[in-house]
Parts: sequence; structure tokens; C-alpha cells
Amino acid sequence: MDLFSFTDEFLIDLGLTLLKIGFILAVTVGFFAPVLTWVERKQSAIMQDRIGANRADIMGFTALGLFHIIADALKMFAKEDFIPQGANRLLHTLSPIIALVPALLTFAVVPFGGKYELWGHQVNLVISDLDVGLLFVFAIASLATYGYVVAGWSSNNNWSLLGSMRTASQMISYEVTMGLTIIGVLMVYGTMQLDEIGAAQENFWRWGIFLQPVGFLMFLTASIAENKRIPFDNPEAESELVAGYFTEYSGLKFGMFFMAEFIEMVTIGAIVTILFFGGWHIPFIETQDIIDTFNFSWLGPSIANLITMGIQVGVFFAKVCFFIFIQMTIRWTLPRFRYDQIMKLGWKILLPLSLVNIVVTGIVIMLLK
Amino acid sequence: MLEQYLGVAILMAISCAIAIGMVTATTLLGPKRSFPDKDEPFECGESQIVSPYQRFSVKFYLVAVLFILFDIEAVFLFPWAVLYQRLGWFGLIEMIVFLLILGVGLMYVWVRGGLDWE
Repeated sequence: MDLFSFTDEFLIDLGLTLLKIGFILAVTVGFFAPVLTWVERKQSAIMQDRIGANRADIMGFTALGLFHIIADALKMFAKEDFIPQGANRLLHTLSPIIALVPALLTFAVVPFGGKYELWGHQVNLVISDLDVGLLFVFAIASLATYGYVVAGWSSNNNWSLLGSMRTASQMISYEVTMGLTIIGVLMVYGTMQLDEIGAAQENFWRWGIFLQPVGFLMFLTASIAENKRIPFDNPEAESELVAGYFTEYSGLKFGMFFMAEFIEMVTIGAIVTILFFGGWHIPFIETQDIIDTFNFSWLGPSIANLITMGIQVGVFFAKVCFFIFIQMTIRWTLPRFRYDQIMKLGWKILLPLSLVNIVVTGIVIMLLK
Repeated sequence: MLEQYLGVAILMAISCAIAIGMVTATTLLGPKRSFPDKDEPFECGESQIVSPYQRFSVKFYLVAVLFILFDIEAVFLFPWAVLYQRLGWFGLIEMIVFLLILGVGLMYVWVRGGLDWE
């Protein structure tokens, strides 16, 4: 059977896909993951009235502490890789991989711009435009749970095991809530394809935040809980469990868990932007207006489209950065919840509320029709 | 159909390569100085007194069981939600009945104390 036909069209598509993958990896692994380690330290320093992250220097230049990124990376590569006695060596090595790969893989369906017509070729700024988009995100993101659970289980350490049990319970609890809060968005836009949901929000008043305000708050809460960040960081609570599931990890293996966490923050920012904050659209300005503005006769429509693409990708990542800032602010503002409070919030408040949200959304849609 | 997933496959291959490369690098590059005391699992300066592999609070398993129930509910809701605007009032009433049945289930678990953590 001829699964792939190697026509010119196919080769162009393949080239574009590789370009998009390169861009996404450069943005997540190359930019966000290292820079966010610095942002986290610097923002906490500012919020706590400290100077913070300003020691690493090259010939006396500190560049606001940005060299700490390089220092951290070098340090992690040079550290001893420690596996405790009695630990399962294979699973201990495997679990950081299981935690990191899903974090990167969810970006396959996350669009970072719209569709643009460039030199007679339709460019869709998403690596794989799957019709099951959102389901793919949930399916892949929940695979990361295995990485964390296996990490704790394979370490032969009491703290690690406690941490991983907490991780398992917390992540599956909030997965239910996360899935149910999204139902409202699906009902409103009638599709699971993330680029279509984004495209449907060109009109400012059609943004998800106006159509699903309760859904937005619940989704943001559930996704922060899913990412195990303060105030939901019981799986790695330093004051109770040393470091939770990664107590026995050192060097870059330990760094990989952190990388996964930071990349997931970017994912959360991206998904929230697409579902609730208009994706790559600027309020009150339609895509066609931007194209028309740049469509001078001497530039040609393709260049105008290219400029529009640049602007909209920039707008998208600006919104993502805003939501990363929100997550960081929450992390350095709130204290950690108790474990029973986390479970109560998930099962007794968010779950019934999301069911009510579905019914109310359904009735409102029907009445407006 | 399959071509749609080509991008996913390529991204998966590359991210696996990145992850495996990182683990390999940290295993090869770091120093290797081990002695018996250092190799022990961390236990606040003590030797490990009890093995971590023993009986665990049943609460965690109960949550897993509840998760399966309610996640399957969410799975049923996904296709319904996408088609909702075409199904109309019939779809709404149908789903309210479905949610009521599950709501009764949730109430039962709640009243029986299945959601309590002390």
C-alpha cells in the first residue's frame, strides 16, 4: 500500500513540518526552559525584596544574573549521577525520560499562529493538525504521571515513595477536573481541533474568557495542580518529604524533571491562551486588517502574509509569557495547601462545579439559539 | 490520515533523542566516586530503618478507582460536547439525565466518606 507518496507537495510539507518542529524545540528547550529557571529566581527575588541571582559573572559582567543559566547547565552536566543501593537501576534511569518526552510531545498539536498563504502554499502553524487535538494533549500529558510515579518507586527511598504516591493521586484527581472543565469550551466552539478553536476567537467578544469565565478559572487551577507547582506541590514538599519523588536524583537527571516542569508551564500558558484568550489574535484587530495594512503593491501579498505571521506568532508568545508570569506570581504568593485540602478542592468543589458548568453552558447555548 | 501523524512521530523521535542524550551525557560526564555509606538511600542521616515497599494507605487506591469512573464519564462527554450544537434540546436533556446518574454516584461516594482525607 502506498502510505506516503513522495511528490513535491509532500516534500514541501515535510520541510515545513521539520521547520516547525525546529522552531518549537528552539523555543521550548532552547529558550523557555533555561530562561524560566532564571525568571523563577529573579521574580522571587523581586517579590521578596532580595537582589537574587546575580553572582555568576563572565569577566565581571553579570547581565542581570542571566549567566546563571550557563552556570546551572555546566554544573548539572558535571555532577555525579547517583543511583542508591537497592534501587531499580533501569527504571531509575528511564523515569526522567518518561517525564520529559510527553512534556515536549504535547506541543505537536499546539498551534502558535493561524493559517497563512505564502507563495501559493498554505502554511498552518501547527506541527500536526490532528482532529483530536485536545484529546491528544490530555492523553500525552497524563503519560508523564508514569515518569513521576516510577521515579519515586524505583528509588528505594521512603520519601520518594510517599512523594510518588501523592503525585499519582493528585494528578489523576485533577485530570478528571481538567477534562470536565474543557467540555464547556468544546460545546461553545464545536471542535476539538486547537487551531479551529483559536481561529474562532478572531472577534474579541468571542474569546473563551467571556464565553467560559468559570471554565477558565477552573482550568487554570486544575492545570497548575496537574503541574504540581505551589500551592499544589505536596508531591515534592521540601519541608515534609525532603524533595519527594526526585530525592534520589542528581545531575542532569534531576534537571530533566525541572525542565519538564518548566516546559509544562509553557504548555499550560499556550493551551490557556488558545482556549480562553484568543490565541494569536489581537483584540479588535482582524487578521485581514493586518494583512491589508502591509499589503503594499511593491511588497506583494506573500510578504504581507509573512509579516502578519510574524506579528501573530509574537502576540501568541507574548500572551504565553503573560500566563507564565501569572503562574510564577501564584507560586511565590500562596503558601502550600494541605493534602486533604487539595483533594477536597479537586473532588468536592471543582468536580461538582464543572458538572454544573456543563449543564449551565448547555442551557445558555440552547436559549441563545 | 497517517500523514497527519508524521509530525507527531518526528517530534517524538527528536524529543526521545534529546532525553536519552541528556541521560547518557550525565551518566558519562560526571565523576564516579562511590563508597558503601554514600550509596545508601537518603534517610535524614540515618541508615534506612524500614523498607519503603510495604502496605500503604488505602485512600490512594480508592482515588484511583474513583478516577477510572469519572474519567470514563469525561470520555463519554467529549464526543457529545463537540456535536452538541447539532444535537439540540434532545442532546441536552439526554446528557442531563446521564450527569444526574453520575451525580447520584458522586453523592453516594461523598456521603459514605470516600472523598474524606481525615
